[in-house]
Amino acid sequence: MTDTYFEILRPGINTTMQDAGRNHLYHIGVTISGAIDQRNYKLANSLTDNKLNDTVIEFAYQGPLLRLNNGKINFAITGDIFFNIIRNNSMIEEGKCYQNYILNDGEQIDVISTKKSIYGYLSVNGGFELEEMWKSCSINTKAQIGPNNGKKYSINEKIFIKKSTIKNIKYKKIVYKNSFDNIVRVIKGTNFNYFSSEAQNIFFKEEYSVTRLVDRMGMRLDGPNLENIINTNIKSEGLIRGTIQVPADGKPIILLSDHGTIGGYPKIAVVISADLDKVAQFSPGTKIRFEEVNLVEAEKLFNSYTEETNKYLNEHS
Amino acid sequence: MIKNISNLGDAAVYCDFGPEVNETVNSNVINYFNHLTDLVNKEKIQGINNLTPSYNKLIISFDLSLTNFVNLKETIQNLNIEKNIKIKNKKIEIPVCCDNEYGLDFDRLSKKLNLSKEEILKFFFEKEYFCYMTGFIAGMPFLGDINEKIRCNRLETPRVKVPKGSVGITEQFSNIYTFESPGGWNIIGNTPKKLFKKLNLKDPALVKPGDKVSFYQISKEEYLKLND
Repeated sequence: MTDTYFEILRPGINTTMQDAGRNHLYHIGVTISGAIDQRNYKLANSLTDNKLNDTVIEFAYQGPLLRLNNGKINFAITGDIFFNIIRNNSMIEEGKCYQNYILNDGEQIDVISTKKSIYGYLSVNGGFELEEMWKSCSINTKAQIGPNNGKKYSINEKIFIKKSTIKNIKYKKIVYKNSFDNIVRVIKGTNFNYFSSEAQNIFFKEEYSVTRLVDRMGMRLDGPNLENIINTNIKSEGLIRGTIQVPADGKPIILLSDHGTIGGYPKIAVVISADLDKVAQFSPGTKIRFEEVNLVEAEKLFNSYTEETNKYLNEHS
Repeated sequence: MIKNISNLGDAAVYCDFGPEVNETVNSNVINYFNHLTDLVNKEKIQGINNLTPSYNKLIISFDLSLTNFVNLKETIQNLNIEKNIKIKNKKIEIPVCCDNEYGLDFDRLSKKLNLSKEEILKFFFEKEYFCYMTGFIAGMPFLGDINEKIRCNRLETPRVKVPKGSVGITEQFSNIYTFESPGGWNIIGNTPKKLFKKLNLKDPALVKPGDKVSFYQISKEEYLKLND
């Protein structure tokens, strides 16, 4: 144990630890979890010289207010975030995402809010003192799995920070702009033919808006009804992140990182891997449109997504 | 055997074992699941993240940066799976208290099924059940088949919160809510037994696909004594 820690002066709305996710447990109902926006998560780690799969703090909407005690750290914040650093001389320094900062003993990070998106990431060089559960430190609040007893953080709790192994911290910066493109590329789902031809057209032609019913499990959309002509239930079967289900009410739901592992609603489509980060960041009210791609195109788009991520990861100045 | 293999999005393989739901079909699914799990554990297959067996499907999600659909489809088609292999299963006994404060839906069930509470319980407790799959929420087992006389649809309006430990029935199946959760099953009782123990890292879920489960009724006194 070290004695350097963040004291949580304000927890924020949904502040958890997240990493690359937890695998090999779907068959017993434990979902993947992990940072909902994997690219911003990796960029945060990279800015603080961590391993790309180290654990970071994920926050949503309003983030935490943290005071550093007993130490000096190097941290970075990624996402589309408005934050301040409260220095020891009471000076308030406006924080910039995608660069690293030194925080001294007693100073505070005030993550005021996300701007157009929902989630942001805070990484600290060296990482946090956490215990893994099934090779992951991601917190899954529904099943109460992971550090902090599987709960989101609350006021006055402490988050212990590991001793840094790096002697000279270099200033780092990535020039990165979050995409707010509202086209979601999808592959037709295994129950696409459950929907009337009119519904199939509507799905790719009309706009859907993100409702307020958004959390780490899923995102409910509002828009024109999608008429099911076969059955509004299927035999329950496995689900994956990005699945778009349509229950009897005809409104699509996109499943995200904490989704249930099985379910019985027809699957109209699945979001391609390259667009998962973008989708998870859509805030309520965002108007989106679906566009069909085939498997080969989806794989190519994923390669471009990976190359682009790697380009940013290697682009420190 | 697998009737059709298709892609679910760009990072999952969807193995369809046909429209029937019964123990034979599901045993086949579990057979494939066990075989693939073994290959993953022995690191003979790259890139698989998760395997989800269900009644008549097996869904395999993978890391698109390590493998792809075409590769995995070929691997699965070339698997040498023995037919009619007996799957290994545990026998598990689960205590249930059916007092009315735990069995929330006896009035509705009695009316719909035209049976008394005692008759419903007799039909429910006399059978041993097969675990088709585990999931939705951590550790939740889907068991079947229940006696035809006590089959009933889901609630028209699902409950916002079904208490943890609730034992439910719907259609040909029974399940147990391992955590408080929204749900629409007809609740006939509650078990004090913990079905998901996260601290038991090696084997957190008590009931896994292919296991056999029988229930026995307990009084409220016994329930409270067993409650941990």
